[in-house]
Amino acid sequence: MGVNRGGMAPDTVISTDKLTKRFGDLDAVRDLDIEVRRGELVAFLGPNGAGKTTSLRMLTTLLPPTSGSARVVGHDITTEQAAVRASIGYVGQGSSGSPAQRVRDELVVQGRFFGMSRAAAGARADELVDSLGITPFADKQVQHLSGGQKRRVDIAIGLMNAPTLLFLDEPSTGLDPQSRANLWQHITALRAEHGTTVFLTTHYLEEADRYAERVMVMDAGRVIADDTAPALKASLAGDTVTIEVGEPHEAARAAVVVEEVLEARPTVTGTELTAAAADGARRLPVVLRRLADDGVLVTSATCIPPTLDDVFLALTGRTLREAHAETPTDTPQGGPR
Amino acid sequence: MTTTTVTAPPATAAALARPRPARDTWLVLVRELRPVVRDPFTVIFSLFQPLVFLGLFVPLLVVQTGQATAEVLTWFVPGVLVMIVLFGTGATGSNLQYEIMFGSHERTLVAPISRSALLVGRALKEVVPIVVQSLVIVAIALPFGYRADPLGLALGIVLLAVFGVGLGSLSYTLALKTKSNEWVFWAVQQSLIFPLLILSGVLLPLEGAPGWMRAVASVNPVSWVTEGERALLQGELVSGTVGAAFLAALVLAVLGLVVGIRAIRRSD
Ligand SMILES: Nc1ncnc2c1ncn2[C@@H]1O[C@H](COP(=O)(O)OP(=O)(O)OP(=O)(O)O)[C@@H](O)[C@H]1O
Ligand SMILES: [Mg+2]
Repeated sequence: MGVNRGGMAPDTVISTDKLTKRFGDLDAVRDLDIEVRRGELVAFLGPNGAGKTTSLRMLTTLLPPTSGSARVVGHDITTEQAAVRASIGYVGQGSSGSPAQRVRDELVVQGRFFGMSRAAAGARADELVDSLGITPFADKQVQHLSGGQKRRVDIAIGLMNAPTLLFLDEPSTGLDPQSRANLWQHITALRAEHGTTVFLTTHYLEEADRYAERVMVMDAGRVIADDTAPALKASLAGDTVTIEVGEPHEAARAAVVVEEVLEARPTVTGTELTAAAADGARRLPVVLRRLADDGVLVTSATCIPPTLDDVFLALTGRTLREAHAETPTDTPQGGPR
Repeated sequence: MTTTTVTAPPATAAALARPRPARDTWLVLVRELRPVVRDPFTVIFSLFQPLVFLGLFVPLLVVQTGQATAEVLTWFVPGVLVMIVLFGTGATGSNLQYEIMFGSHERTLVAPISRSALLVGRALKEVVPIVVQSLVIVAIALPFGYRADPLGLALGIVLLAVFGVGLGSLSYTLALKTKSNEWVFWAVQQSLIFPLLILSGVLLPLEGAPGWMRAVASVNPVSWVTEGERALLQGELVSGTVGAAFLAALVLAVLGLVVGIRAIRRSD
């Protein structure tokens, strides 16, 4: 997926060519080659320190790449920074509102930065204050807000200019369930009404699963998978099928049938057999019918669809949680205190 | 909490990508001043330190020099005004450093505004507390017999403002360079501010000082500004001392803005 400079497909919003960032001798991002089309919602997934923020900071002109290039909304990120900045919205991992400023003032200023008149910026700010539930703390200083309130303000600031391409770095971190649902409602509405392209990072697997058309998995500076969530799950992880039989001596007979039908060798612990299989939901009834024919008594059967964590496990040999535990210290530049 | 229709996008990207440094500087300046205007007492509270110096040093100097209070004030007040700039404006970079760590600086770097405006606007904002604080200090000294030449005071404040823009820019530059290393910022800041202060004759006259001290003081722009400030407040409006003070302040302002703009352009 290289970049054909100048001749970028009209509906390509982001395209990168071997985009690389090195900090000392650490390859924070290595040979990033991605292409994002207008209107897509892409979720960037990966453990702490994978290089998600660094990638976003390069694409938003905050960080000059060590090598490689990228075009964002038709503009080169190193030679046409002003044009890129004028076309995007960005919600960073830290706090967007300045600590000593009042919330509503910051929203209006952001609109003014984007060339809006005072009246237009004020009206837009009121709209976002209202719809993001900011009203109760709109006149407070940012430094006196709770973490979740601050996050809502960050998102409102990022939406002030109604960008056609919105970058969000862990937007839902720190939000309560209701605010998270509200955030997603906003993102969904933005896309439905304006065809906004959304490129976000998240640690919430179920969020990526539910809302993103496309999931990119990053690990140690490289994109190791890029597909729809269902496709990733089907090709990499498969369903987890568990069967319990009545007697321990029947487990061995059942294992033969399970392996034959699911095309996967089950692990047997006592009377329980577990196997990972693609399309497990449709094959499980076949297993049950075959076992009934053989006179094996099945006491329970479950089929659990895979999660993106299973995908990560299949890709890297460790779960996201384990990967997080490996990098306890994480101090990205400009991050929160 | 409901989802509403999003209003039409603002100015087109092409128009926004064109540089508008004057407008951007104005936006940044007004934004920086807003918390000061909303909470003016912060400016008054930061007068505590200079007032302590005024209250404790002046009686000491009266005893040691045998001069009248009014006379000592004539010598000491201009120095206190310079000190306000040194300590107040010289530390202003710590606000930016806090914003660098908080994340809000990053947001302004992605906004479609000129980066030099981000620095110049902040530096110009320093003028407001300098003017307010100078006037308050002079007003407090009046009941104790202090008198300043009105025109000289006006020019003296202009001199401090120019000096403050330079010093503030340098302080911001230090913040941009040290990023989230707070202790480096303060270590550098403190190890520069105190020698600059002491070797400028603000607190104690340097007349009887060792030769090497006077040599350092003679190339210290702060001592030039202090000398000029003393001359101006006593009504000496046109003289070599005043000219040299303005020259020193201007050179510092230009230098500060140049390195500051370079630093913020490279900021990430
Ligand atoms: N300015 C910097 N200087 C040096 N190293 C950095 C800098 N910024 C990031 N890194 C390093 O680069 C790597 C990638 O960091 P990055 O912030 O992109 O990770 P991330 O995927 O966003 O992680 P998280 O999920 O914790 O936010 C990390 O090892 C980090 O320590
Ligand atoms: Mg990150």
